[in-house]
Amino acid sequence: MVDVIKSLGVPYVCGNPGSSFRGLQESIVTYGGNEQPEFLTCLHEESAVAMAHGYAKIEGKPLIVLAHGTVGLQHASMAIYNAWCDRVPVYIILGNTLDAIMRYPGVEWVHSVQDAAAMVRDYVKWDDTPISLQHFAESAVRAYKVSMTPWAGPVVLVADAELQERPIPDHGQLRVPKLTLAAPPQADSGAVAELARFLVDAASPVLIADRAARSQAGMERLVELAELVQAAVVSTLPNTMPPIGPGRMNFPSRHPLNQTLRSAAAIADGDVVVGLEIANFFGATNTYRDQIERSSRAATKTGAKLVTISAGELSSKANYQDFQRYSEVDLALAGDVEATLPALIEAVKRLITDDRKRAFAARGVRLADASRAARERARTDATYAWDAVPISTARLAAEVWAQVRQEDWSLVNGALSGWAQRLWNFEKYYQYIGVSGGSGIGYGAPAAVGAALANRRYGRLSISLQNDGDLMYAPGVLWTAAHYKIPILFVMNNNRAYHEEVMHLQRMASRRERGIERAHIGNVINDPAIDFAKLAQSLGVHAEGPIANPGDLAPAISRAIAIVKSGEPALIDVIMQPR
Amino acid sequence: MRLVSAILIGAVSLAGQAPEPAGDVERGKTLYVKNGCADCHGLEGQGAPTSGPRIGPNPLPLEAFIKYIRAPKNQMPPYTEKVMSDQELTDVRAFLAARAKPAPATVLPQ
Repeated sequence: MVDVIKSLGVPYVCGNPGSSFRGLQESIVTYGGNEQPEFLTCLHEESAVAMAHGYAKIEGKPLIVLAHGTVGLQHASMAIYNAWCDRVPVYIILGNTLDAIMRYPGVEWVHSVQDAAAMVRDYVKWDDTPISLQHFAESAVRAYKVSMTPWAGPVVLVADAELQERPIPDHGQLRVPKLTLAAPPQADSGAVAELARFLVDAASPVLIADRAARSQAGMERLVELAELVQAAVVSTLPNTMPPIGPGRMNFPSRHPLNQTLRSAAAIADGDVVVGLEIANFFGATNTYRDQIERSSRAATKTGAKLVTISAGELSSKANYQDFQRYSEVDLALAGDVEATLPALIEAVKRLITDDRKRAFAARGVRLADASRAARERARTDATYAWDAVPISTARLAAEVWAQVRQEDWSLVNGALSGWAQRLWNFEKYYQYIGVSGGSGIGYGAPAAVGAALANRRYGRLSISLQNDGDLMYAPGVLWTAAHYKIPILFVMNNNRAYHEEVMHLQRMASRRERGIERAHIGNVINDPAIDFAKLAQSLGVHAEGPIANPGDLAPAISRAIAIVKSGEPALIDVIMQPR
Repeated sequence: MRLVSAILIGAVSLAGQAPEPAGDVERGKTLYVKNGCADCHGLEGQGAPTSGPRIGPNPLPLEAFIKYIRAPKNQMPPYTEKVMSDQELTDVRAFLAARAKPAPATVLPQ
């Protein structure tokens, strides 16, 4: 099994130790020399999966997670769901004892299951339960391939305990299968040509990108397409209502064609609106009100052509509703965006005339003016409540940016109410890894540590703008970061509440005209206030705070960055405004 | 006679301008927090891109302010008179109008 795992080139195995995979764990750390992969001790299976999730969004490759087939998978399940919704490859190996006669009486029975992967089958791409070592070898290689083929996603391989522990009878008969990844699917050439015609003829084309880019090259291709036709681009704005393109870093934040800060106006103006691997195209092209009567209306102009490109057209499941509301479109291309962009770019080039070039240039000037004005408005807004106590989210975003902008930085979690996206200059793919996918709280901190683990080999400064509620799901990941010397700067956005949930209670109370003085019950994390500096220190992380005065931020951030640059994690606890 | 006319015109003119009733800033602050306004708009009314727009230190004129809160657009929940009276909204508006002016743009790094 270890020979097969080594052939996949996976550098780390994340796991919380369990008896059902003791055979494999012992082989990894002893026979395998605990190198390629190295076993990383995680203090919760949810953290292990989320670490692999964050790692994959930087490296584009999965890590392996080891877990019990029962309780370990139950702990891991929400994080697996996040990876599924976020289309991210995570490779999970479950220990399980299928042969009832071989189970140790007691706990081993409780921790055994007939069909271990059943619990998460609705939200993994593929799973198998091999019953021989050669079967394991083939399924292990297949699982890797399946997880990486767009849409990427989590896979589960069940490693039977007896198969792990019994001596190998026919070692010479076993072989490690060759791994050949599938080339990503490119959309139909006829449909690509039709979309190219739409884009070239459009008066105001709009590209809405969500999980479109899988790499820096993908981002550059999107820039090339947008610049060819001077199209407006909307992307990477988390936590809006609804979120627009928060999945990946697709487009430079200060590019003149980036209209994200005026997305509603840009989309309303579009006569051709193209969704690029966007999870919620309906939400992006319609406005939705959560009032007494929920209602929606088109956010696009009458007659606008709507187009999507998505690899999701090639695979669908029914139970979990992450596929969002059905969108009525004029053209739907089944394919991977990054793989389709080169053909689309060439098709567009063939259609462009000198007349169209002149029209594109004029449009580009208008869009550049509009995006510049939107950025200036955002900067002005950021200066309000500048000296407020508690500290404003805009102030904290600005203070962190002032000290990281000259570094090779990577924002691996958080947004500070969207201020980071407004005030920072995002240019590289790795500078933002997007949101969780399934919006399962508890993703942020471990995904950040996983991404920082990937960034470590490149010497990047990883930053997590860390929400307090998220960290408290499984704060033990701070110990993992300290133990393995994973350099990362945690800046706590400590507003001592689950503020989104406060807003939902307010909505209900207002709807019922009951007054909303009690809406905070069940939603605040106060009395006692959590001391995150002490919590982090107890887990081996350099930490200071709580910081309540905005004037104290800059020196604290500077000290923490020095620690991170020395190769260790650091945390600053900051008492923040609700929003 | 001319003097009397001038006084009357002045009174009409003042009535025409309908000076807004002054709210109580301190009471407004308490109401602003208690009624959850700060959860979306921030404790200083500064707003946040992902939850609610800036509403201080230059809120809407009082009449428009109250009208909007009774029947808001977009995602904001309505606050009926049963939940917050006109006087309470007047106090909240006074609190918002008293918020600090913005810092100069030079505080922001490029």
